Amino acid sequence: MFAYQKKSIVLVLRIAALAAASSASADEFSDADLQRWQQQFMSTVTQGRGLWTSPTLGTNGVACAQCHPNAANTHPETYPKFQKQIGKVIALWEMINWCLRNPLEGQPLAADDSKMIALQAYVTYERRGVKLEPGKH
Amino acid sequence: MNTINNSRRQFIKNAGALAIGSTLPISLVELAFADSSENFTFAYISDSHIQQIKGNRFVRNWDRGLIRAVAETNLLTPKPDFVIFGGDLAQLGSKPELDHGAEMLSALQGKVHHVMGEHDYYLDLGEYWEKLFGPQFYSFDHKGVHFIVLNSIRTYDDWTYKRWPTNEQRMLEMAGLDNPNGSPFMVGEQQRQWLLTDLAKVNKNTPVVVFSHSPLQKIYKGWNFWTEDADQIQALLKPFKKVSVIYGHVHQIQYNQIGNISFNSVMATAWPWPYPQSYAQAEQYLPKLTVPMNRADPFFERDATGWQFINVANGNVDLQYTLYNNTSRLVHFNPKTKRPEDAAYQPENARILPQSHF
Repeated sequence: MFAYQKKSIVLVLRIAALAAASSASADEFSDADLQRWQQQFMSTVTQGRGLWTSPTLGTNGVACAQCHPNAANTHPETYPKFQKQIGKVIALWEMINWCLRNPLEGQPLAADDSKMIALQAYVTYERRGVKLEPGKH
Repeated sequence: MNTINNSRRQFIKNAGALAIGSTLPISLVELAFADSSENFTFAYISDSHIQQIKGNRFVRNWDRGLIRAVAETNLLTPKPDFVIFGGDLAQLGSKPELDHGAEMLSALQGKVHHVMGEHDYYLDLGEYWEKLFGPQFYSFDHKGVHFIVLNSIRTYDDWTYKRWPTNEQRMLEMAGLDNPNGSPFMVGEQQRQWLLTDLAKVNKNTPVVVFSHSPLQKIYKGWNFWTEDADQIQALLKPFKKVSVIYGHVHQIQYNQIGNISFNSVMATAWPWPYPQSYAQAEQYLPKLTVPMNRADPFFERDATGWQFINVANGNVDLQYTLYNNTSRLVHFNPKTKRPEDAAYQPENARILPQSHF
């Protein structure tokens, strides 16, 4: 089968899925939906955990988890906050980039890079249940 | 010639300022005796995690921590009687990492006693480490104190010998502090038998100091701030009047008193670790006695790392932690309360905001 044909089959399936979705009521969802969405989220968390422990995210073999086991001491619930060392209010992803550049001697990621999303999903998941305290130092 | 001479003089001047200043990042242990002339000190450097990138390239940050600790230990006056290296010299236990670390340590003046860490062990089960530094567990006597070194980072045989397809993978699995595929540390039957025999020769009034890499007490299993057979080791040490256990691994200041045994941890030269209480999903037992270190500022590369100078007084140990980017800490044994206490921060109302961990 040609790649082109494969693509058109996927497209047809997607349109069918859209049609099915649009026939349902906007504010109704089932347990199966919740499970599927949770699975999507957890697979991103798992990807984030992989990156967190990866020696290849930076350039010197150092992994995030070396200093932050279980993403501890990252305090995602306090962002955005005034980061005293930077001198302005920043979001968590900017602090992650600081770590990528410095201890990991690597390149920063774009805010919407799927790796950056996964890293934040993992960090936040490890902090689940802790109340939001934006701005807290 | 003049330039060289000037820079050399400047270095000596700076070194002098360091030696007398309060900024010297030293943790010194002093053991004091009733007769103060018997007191002595030794220095303790630990957890350097020398990490090879490729070929002759190593992670600069960790190299700098060890180089600094060695240089400053050599500046101590009076000179410590000996130096302990508390384990985790390497990150992944390879020959290049152990060799590079040993070369940096070779600048130390005086005798160095080594403790095995899991990062040194799980590649070849300590074979190359033994060639460089000697046996994995042993004892020695110094000025009336009996010192014991244990390899406390062994684990179940099934995990060590049957679980992993390669030695490299076994090392990687144990190197991840928070890796759920890891396994609890233990001293094990062989060394417990040896310890029993070793202690049988020691008078019960002789102060005993035990060096281990992992805490010989149970704090948090998830990060191996834990030794599985800690209770059995404590029971073997119970008949002795004065016992101190000094351990590395945790990359932070901890101290505790259980019966006759004082526990003190040492800091890392590489990087600090969070206190287990800052992992929201963890059930942990950080000793209530411990006043934590300040939360580390990552923008100061060496913050919350350092080394320790230990004063052996009356058979008990006082640890002076001199931090590179922060106020020094002194944790000394209080003979009235019979437990280790921080000299400045022990009362609840003496604690400072940066010591709050969440």
